[in-house]
Amino acid sequence: MKVIELHKSVTASNDADAEALRQELKQRGTLLINLMSSPGSGKTTLLSRTIQDLKDELKIAVLEADIESAVDAERIEALGARSIQVHTDGMCHMDAGMTRQGLEAMGLEQIDLAFLENVGNLICPAEYDTGAGKNVMILSVPEGDDKPLKYPLMFQKSDALVITKIDALGYFDFDLEQCRKRALKLNPNIQIFAVSAKTGDGMKKWEDWLKKETSAWKAQ
Amino acid sequence: MHEMGIVMHLAKTLDELAEEQNIAKIGSVTLQVGEVSGIMTDLFVDAWDYFKVKHPVLTESQLKLETIKAVTYCEACGKTYETVRFGRTCPYCQSGETYLVMGNQCIIKEIEAEENEEGQ
Repeated sequence: MKVIELHKSVTASNDADAEALRQELKQRGTLLINLMSSPGSGKTTLLSRTIQDLKDELKIAVLEADIESAVDAERIEALGARSIQVHTDGMCHMDAGMTRQGLEAMGLEQIDLAFLENVGNLICPAEYDTGAGKNVMILSVPEGDDKPLKYPLMFQKSDALVITKIDALGYFDFDLEQCRKRALKLNPNIQIFAVSAKTGDGMKKWEDWLKKETSAWKAQ
Repeated sequence: MHEMGIVMHLAKTLDELAEEQNIAKIGSVTLQVGEVSGIMTDLFVDAWDYFKVKHPVLTESQLKLETIKAVTYCEACGKTYETVRFGRTCPYCQSGETYLVMGNQCIIKEIEAEENEEGQ
């Protein structure tokens, strides 16, 4: 027997699959956004509003990976977006292989923007590259402004942070500025949007960013 | 559950490596596991035993685990300290402005392998 030194991450094979998927999506002109958050952060409500606002400009699809998301998928389809539910078989995250299977089963013809609703969890999903073009983290006001301190990796891996439920700011001790500072400290390039999908407050900036990123993805 | 996912990726990475490097059998796999990687070693070994029999190259292999100490850096005073003992608050200056430097990774350090006979 000989010893082979590797010094390789255990997820190295996933990283390669993810990169291949990302390149294929680029050739298709589909921007895949990996949405990560805790359960109950308002992902589906944010997506519903976003789809409603953008459906005339972009063809949108949603891959639901949350285990209890049958209701969510129905809500999304009622808005006219393509949707599919993926079972992770008890796993705490989506990896590139599962994402590919889900996308292939759903079909991506003419889709400009696809969202992957990752499993509600702020830890494991950050460790696995799904092949998405952009990673977005959602944090809701009731969860607290200290989350960047507790889950630093999630903030470091995200291109954008959407702070949801800002209509509830008056009821919680959530310091928006403090949260911004903490997130930017971990990741100086992170784009931060503070929104309320209920009142529509701040939604335009978030949607403008999505439109800009989708056309940039196609142009590259 | 988390452990199962990691083992699946590990097995896949090793299968691919075996194919690339013409390896017939892997005798041992040495992993470096960070103290705060969130991996529970007992569960990890169970998951490994369950998976290795499904991968011919790995069936006879032995898993060796090494621990990587977790270290946190304090931005306020510039010192580093043991994460597991003190958590997120710096023991020197009590600041909470700290971040993890190492200890959350899981790395395949090395494997012992037997190559296929020449010409096969």
